[in-house]
Amino acid sequence: MNSLSELLAMGGYGLYVWGSLGMCAAVVVAELMVIRFRRRLLAQEVMDERATGETTA
Amino acid sequence: MASINWFHYAAPQRFYPLAGRLVPWFGALAVVLTAIGLYIGLWVAPTDAQQGEAYRIIFVHVPTAWMSMVVYLAMATWAAIGLVFNSRLSSMMATALAPTGALMTFLALWTGALWGKPTWGTWWVWDARLTSELVLLFLYIGFMALHSAIDDTRRADRAAGLLAIVGVVNLPIIYFSVQWWNTLHQGASVSITRAPSMATPMLLGMLVMALACWMYCIAVALARVRVIMLERERHAPWARQALEGMA
Repeated sequence: MNSLSELLAMGGYGLYVWGSLGMCAAVVVAELMVIRFRRRLLAQEVMDERATGETTA
Repeated sequence: MASINWFHYAAPQRFYPLAGRLVPWFGALAVVLTAIGLYIGLWVAPTDAQQGEAYRIIFVHVPTAWMSMVVYLAMATWAAIGLVFNSRLSSMMATALAPTGALMTFLALWTGALWGKPTWGTWWVWDARLTSELVLLFLYIGFMALHSAIDDTRRADRAAGLLAIVGVVNLPIIYFSVQWWNTLHQGASVSITRAPSMATPMLLGMLVMALACWMYCIAVALARVRVIMLERERHAPWARQALEGMA
């Protein structure tokens, strides 16, 4: 590889090479976001549980 | 190192902070190795004489395919330890590995399809290698579905764990499929017993990317097992404390 345009074109195989790398990147981002969301959801749930527990007590 | 008492960390409340300290290290290693691996793979490695630039898919295809099997083996091993010793943390590790393994399998299939189209002229064939890898994806999905279908967590651990262990038979089938059957998929380019049939920068790029994949999977599995520990032990004092720090 000698230039950025060459890198992007991938000798005519750009769709396949970048489609592969792009999907990997997308999966990594999605996986990290899901874990973060799951943790926040749990924290929220426990907070709510505790709040309702306190009002009924 | 010899003085570490591993059983000490088998308790979730002690493993939780340890995993928390490890995640950033494995994550950082994954980022650095990916940067190096992509630099070698996309910039330094020469164009392939037969496949042109299409071969560069190898730098993500082979690492994800390897990890799809490695993660499964790790998942089944943790499941087996969980079954034999009835240890909660082992079963949690198995559960934490499943989604990452499924994603690695999906990526191996996806990148394989995108590599198959320009080189074989087809996205998919029902050959032994591709089919057994698809079965692996179904095993992961089956493990997760079975686990979530059973309300009693410990029972879910045992049932899904058993499924994971039985599914291990698929691993040698995937690995040796290219030898046992006449497949469109090529044989191994890299093996321990003989010299690799690849140019050095290609091989190096692939190995660095494989290592990056290892680090990523470890980091993500540890991050996920931390959440699973909190979910399951939410009423334990240590988990309450940890959750309070989060909110």
